[in-house]
Amino acid sequence: MTIKIYLMVLVTLTAMSCKDASQEKEVSEPMSSEMYQEDSDNQGGSGKMMAENAGNNATNTIIDNYLQLKNALVADDQEAAAQAGGKLVDEFENFDKSNYSSEEQQELTDIIEDAKEHAEHIAESAIDHQREHFDILSKDVIDMIAITGTNKKLYQDFCPMYNNNKGAQWLSATKEIKNPYFGSKMMDCGNIQKEIN
Amino acid sequence: MKVIKFIGWFFLVSLVVIQFFPIERNQSEEVSRADFMLVNTVPEKIQNKIQVSCYDCHSNNTEYPWYNKVQPVAWFLEDHIREGKAELNFNEWGDYSDRRKNSKLRSIISQIEDGEMPLDSYTLIHGDAKLSSEDKLEIINYITGLKSEL
Repeated sequence: MTIKIYLMVLVTLTAMSCKDASQEKEVSEPMSSEMYQEDSDNQGGSGKMMAENAGNNATNTIIDNYLQLKNALVADDQEAAAQAGGKLVDEFENFDKSNYSSEEQQELTDIIEDAKEHAEHIAESAIDHQREHFDILSKDVIDMIAITGTNKKLYQDFCPMYNNNKGAQWLSATKEIKNPYFGSKMMDCGNIQKEIN
Repeated sequence: MKVIKFIGWFFLVSLVVIQFFPIERNQSEEVSRADFMLVNTVPEKIQNKIQVSCYDCHSNNTEYPWYNKVQPVAWFLEDHIREGKAELNFNEWGDYSDRRKNSKLRSIISQIEDGEMPLDSYTLIHGDAKLSSEDKLEIINYITGLKSEL
């Protein structure tokens, strides 16, 4: 009888701890509320309308966080990448599309929906997974900038080796190649595809 | 000894009590028009494999095992199904934008390639959901084809 009870206790405990573990995961999503400094100095292209500027501000915030994420991956820093991913989730969520044409809005909705999902995964994955999602996220951000525009100087880089030699793009603010897909393993793999601004 | 006995009874009683908690079931009579199998032309063999190995958690219909009626197992399954559907719902395939389809297809490929899906905890009980390396290759080839058509 006592043995039976012990067994049941064991079973219940194991089952319950499983349940707890999966719940905890949901709660502990990294939601960093850290202040983050925006380099607002280089904004406000002269002839632009107010509305367009507002759109650009939001885009620039996204780009800044994207670049933080990129730098974290270059540095093989899973934790910092997860944090930047968490911030990106919020920013995509809050992105105001109202100043764009309905066609652009549709496109932006598609992009943001997809990008947000990748950012969510980056916020809670191991680094190789973060990089996989960063690959598609980069494509999303590049497409987003094609619509919203930006006044930032950016380099669109390409690493031909990532994803079984299918290659992957990323954006960088500096000319020097620093590979976010391989990090320290192959820091200088890649070339500049295009300069934005 | 007394304490252990008390703890034993406590858990035994809790185990009985939690059986009265309602079980949410992921089941729908409706055949979704956006279903992966209706939107795409999927070879029967692959259709079967995907349905058996993926649909329990990635669609609006779960074929429940008998032990789903037992708590706390039911909670555990419920969680998995909720998470699985949020990630990918084959019943809603046609409603995804091309961009998202592309992302999902890529994730399907990498999850199967890495052997992360179907989950070990799932195939442990659902032996038929296990994918042989041949199955994997077939599915991956098919999914890769879909991806290049987008």
